[in-house]
Amino acid sequence: MTPITATNDFVVKFANVNGSGSASANELFARSILRMGVPVSPRNIFPSNIQGLPTWYEVRVTEKGYLGRRGGVDLMVAMNPQTWDNDLREIEAGGYLFYDNSKPLPESKFRGDITRIGMPLTEICNTTYSDPRQRQLFKNIIYVGALSALLEIDPKVIEQLFSEQYKGKEALLQSNVKALHLGRDYALQHLNCPLGLRVKPADNVGDRIFVDGNSAVALGAVYGGASVCAWYPITPSSSVAEAFMAYCKKMRTDAGTGKNKYAIIQGEDELASIGIAIGAGWNGARSFTATSGPGISLMTEFIGLAYFAEIPVVLVDVQRGGPSTGMPTRTQQSDILACAYASHGDTKHPLLFPEDPAECFEMTALSFDIAERLQTPVFVMTDLDIGMNTRLCRPFAWDDGKEYDRGKIMTYEKLEAGADFGRYLDVDGDGIPYRTYPGTHPTRGGYFTRGTTKNRYAQYSEAGPDYVDNMQRLMRKFDTAKSLMPKPVLQQAAKPASFGAIYYGSTSPAMLEALDVLAERGVPVNALRVRGFPFADEVKDFVAAHSGVFVIEQNRDAQLRTLLVNDAKINPAQLIPLLHYDGTPITARFIVDNIVRHVDTHSVVPLKKAMA
Amino acid sequence: MTYIAKPKLHHPSLARNAAGYTRRDYEGKISTLCAGCGHDSISASIIQACWELDIQPHRVAKLSGIGCSSKTPDYFLGNSHGFNSVHGRMPSVLTGANLANRELLYLGVSGDGDSASIGLGQFAHCIRRGVNMVYIVENNGVYGLTKGQFSATATKGSKSKRGVINPDEPVDLIGMALLLRATFVARAFSGDKKQLVPLIKAAIRHPGPSFIDVISPCVAFNNHEGSTKSYEYVREHNAAVNRLDFIEGREEITADYAPGEVVSITQHDGSVLRLRKLAEDYDPTDRIRAMNYVQERAAAGEIVTGLLYLSPEPADLHQYINTVPTPLNQLGTKDLCPGSAALDKINAALR
Repeated sequence: MTPITATNDFVVKFANVNGSGSASANELFARSILRMGVPVSPRNIFPSNIQGLPTWYEVRVTEKGYLGRRGGVDLMVAMNPQTWDNDLREIEAGGYLFYDNSKPLPESKFRGDITRIGMPLTEICNTTYSDPRQRQLFKNIIYVGALSALLEIDPKVIEQLFSEQYKGKEALLQSNVKALHLGRDYALQHLNCPLGLRVKPADNVGDRIFVDGNSAVALGAVYGGASVCAWYPITPSSSVAEAFMAYCKKMRTDAGTGKNKYAIIQGEDELASIGIAIGAGWNGARSFTATSGPGISLMTEFIGLAYFAEIPVVLVDVQRGGPSTGMPTRTQQSDILACAYASHGDTKHPLLFPEDPAECFEMTALSFDIAERLQTPVFVMTDLDIGMNTRLCRPFAWDDGKEYDRGKIMTYEKLEAGADFGRYLDVDGDGIPYRTYPGTHPTRGGYFTRGTTKNRYAQYSEAGPDYVDNMQRLMRKFDTAKSLMPKPVLQQAAKPASFGAIYYGSTSPAMLEALDVLAERGVPVNALRVRGFPFADEVKDFVAAHSGVFVIEQNRDAQLRTLLVNDAKINPAQLIPLLHYDGTPITARFIVDNIVRHVDTHSVVPLKKAMA
Repeated sequence: MTYIAKPKLHHPSLARNAAGYTRRDYEGKISTLCAGCGHDSISASIIQACWELDIQPHRVAKLSGIGCSSKTPDYFLGNSHGFNSVHGRMPSVLTGANLANRELLYLGVSGDGDSASIGLGQFAHCIRRGVNMVYIVENNGVYGLTKGQFSATATKGSKSKRGVINPDEPVDLIGMALLLRATFVARAFSGDKKQLVPLIKAAIRHPGPSFIDVISPCVAFNNHEGSTKSYEYVREHNAAVNRLDFIEGREEITADYAPGEVVSITQHDGSVLRLRKLAEDYDPTDRIRAMNYVQERAAAGEIVTGLLYLSPEPADLHQYINTVPTPLNQLGTKDLCPGSAALDKINAALR
């Protein structure tokens, strides 16, 4: 057996028990490597449970900055006897197993092709601490200490992180530092340090920040001027509203009076939440809700009303796997169609596809401008992979000269000056009518809001031509939406490529890595990252420029591909679905293998050559 | 319904209120409901109440769900913004609208189908949140627009027009409103405008969640023998606990009742509610006893009407969540956006 040797390029996976306090220790581990200038990409793999079930934390250490999931494990930190057998199986040949050997395990429980590193963690804790909770919590810090010795992580960096985290809490700081060194010293004395896997200081992190997508969405909503948020708890979106609360408390409290420049309501369900957001949007406040697929299903009736009544509102959909409990704590991009066409009647909605927390921030802030400009519901389509994992991304940026685009508002002054106000009148030819806020003018500008059944002046009308007239204007408006969506991003291969790939959202890091690997393997592929629906014209041009285009998605039914066919009118024969939907984040390996397999089977070898 | 459009010209001698509006300025479109519908009487009472209170019509937002009752906001206050929303979901839309601008008057109009069936949850939750609003249920015990099915407020054992006996217990909206602490709870009969108009006026001036259950007979589908929501039945079983006079400002109360018969309650804005007691010892400020009383009389087959509960210390959602006095929809970029310097600090903490 040859042990794996790798510097700044390996995967460590922590197998823990939910609720054991491992999450913060594991994040500490990831951050310490980051502080050494080496990019990391951690992922939570967690059950639908608060305490007791298995949970994993996978850290990819990647000097090259590949932030997608790699697949495979080089070092397993096996802290959960429940999942021992499976965890062991996952380790790559030549990999390492770090485990608690306080109790002896039979030889049959191990593998011969990996390096074992046993450390009596429980024993150390039991002799050092008497309080059961401390024994549990410090066990995690002790293994971080041991890993710092095994992987050559600078302990000073970890101490610095402690001092930032426990600023002003001297006792906590000291006890954590003590636990860290307890583990580290034991490892240095008793274990073979360092392993073949090592962290070496580098300078590849730059000014990037380390943050989860849900926090970034929340911050985007604060900067985008959202003042009303209504929500209902649902994994994996709950932390959006919770982070919005925390940021608002810090940044939206009136310094003089202590009063709030925001309103947050935890609704009784998703129906009420979207209803509240729509009511606020109707009345001129920027409002949003955050939910996941099942919530979108529940909100669907209201989404239709908002579409027809032309009310601005933002919906953040942190996508997950399907209904009920279990898979929902895994990631997917499976609500694309449900959101694009949400509701009864002829409806379609603008969607935004952020790739990482930086875009979660930017696109959420932007979504309020788009929603008010278009007077329609706008969806920010993130997913669990972006939303609930801390990800390295470029820092948040804001232009202080920016004013919000409040869209077409008929003001008191305009009404007073005698402007012709028809709530559904297309004055400018872009399909977008003017609206009044309730309470604007004593005698002008009042109107009765309905779903359908109205003419251009919002008068009750069941006449067919009025309905058709309105629906065609809504189509023009959707066309206008195209110009407001972020443009797609093109990644041109270094060599001429006959194949293209379209991808979006959280597939991004795996895709960028896959493109490098494909180039190395002589399969150049041009890639286009779609960032919004309705699609920019570039998307159609891109497909036309290639003999075949892979559409890479994390769902079963090729949902974005359906939109490309249906809405951008692209010939389905040109679009090759490449689909990953087992609930784990897509990997570069998966993309490369599938593209290469396809290209191989479709490269026709002349018969003569094949026979020769 | 009538097809004759009302002339838009007003008679010059038409009386104007203090805000400069005639009663006609509070009207809306011609009603499309059936002739004799109780709902039209309620619309007329709303018009009367708003005119008498000198309310500027455009400062009212009318919100409704779906159903006959929910169509009525089109038939009053034609210069106000109205929102005919989704079945049973008016309360959430109203809540959101109220959050966006706390300065308008929010009038939620709903029916028994809208509020007691599909919307029971939203009815309950907007009351327990304390949304400052006037929530009127036009309660006829029947689905009108879909032609005569029982609604959830139909009395057990009552008979439909087709002769079917209702097997289900009714939802008691008044009981729920009291339980969930609406700070103003009343029941009225659409056939008694003298009772209804002052109740609507008092509810409008009440700074908290006000709920009025108005029994409003459906002449098309629920006005027959065996119905407990017919004009005849309600007149026979109506047991009013009090008669309300609503007085704006701190006017001196002229005593035209014998001492002990009248209770005066001054609201926070200075308006005075003068209640003439009809039921001995009924105290509308005692929530627990009000709940007991309504239940006892209901068990005896009476429909208790009047001002059933008035909290001496009303409060509303904006107070609970501590929002700024400026309406949220008037806050601009400067108020809402923390700016790049704050963002740099956040970035620094994320490294």
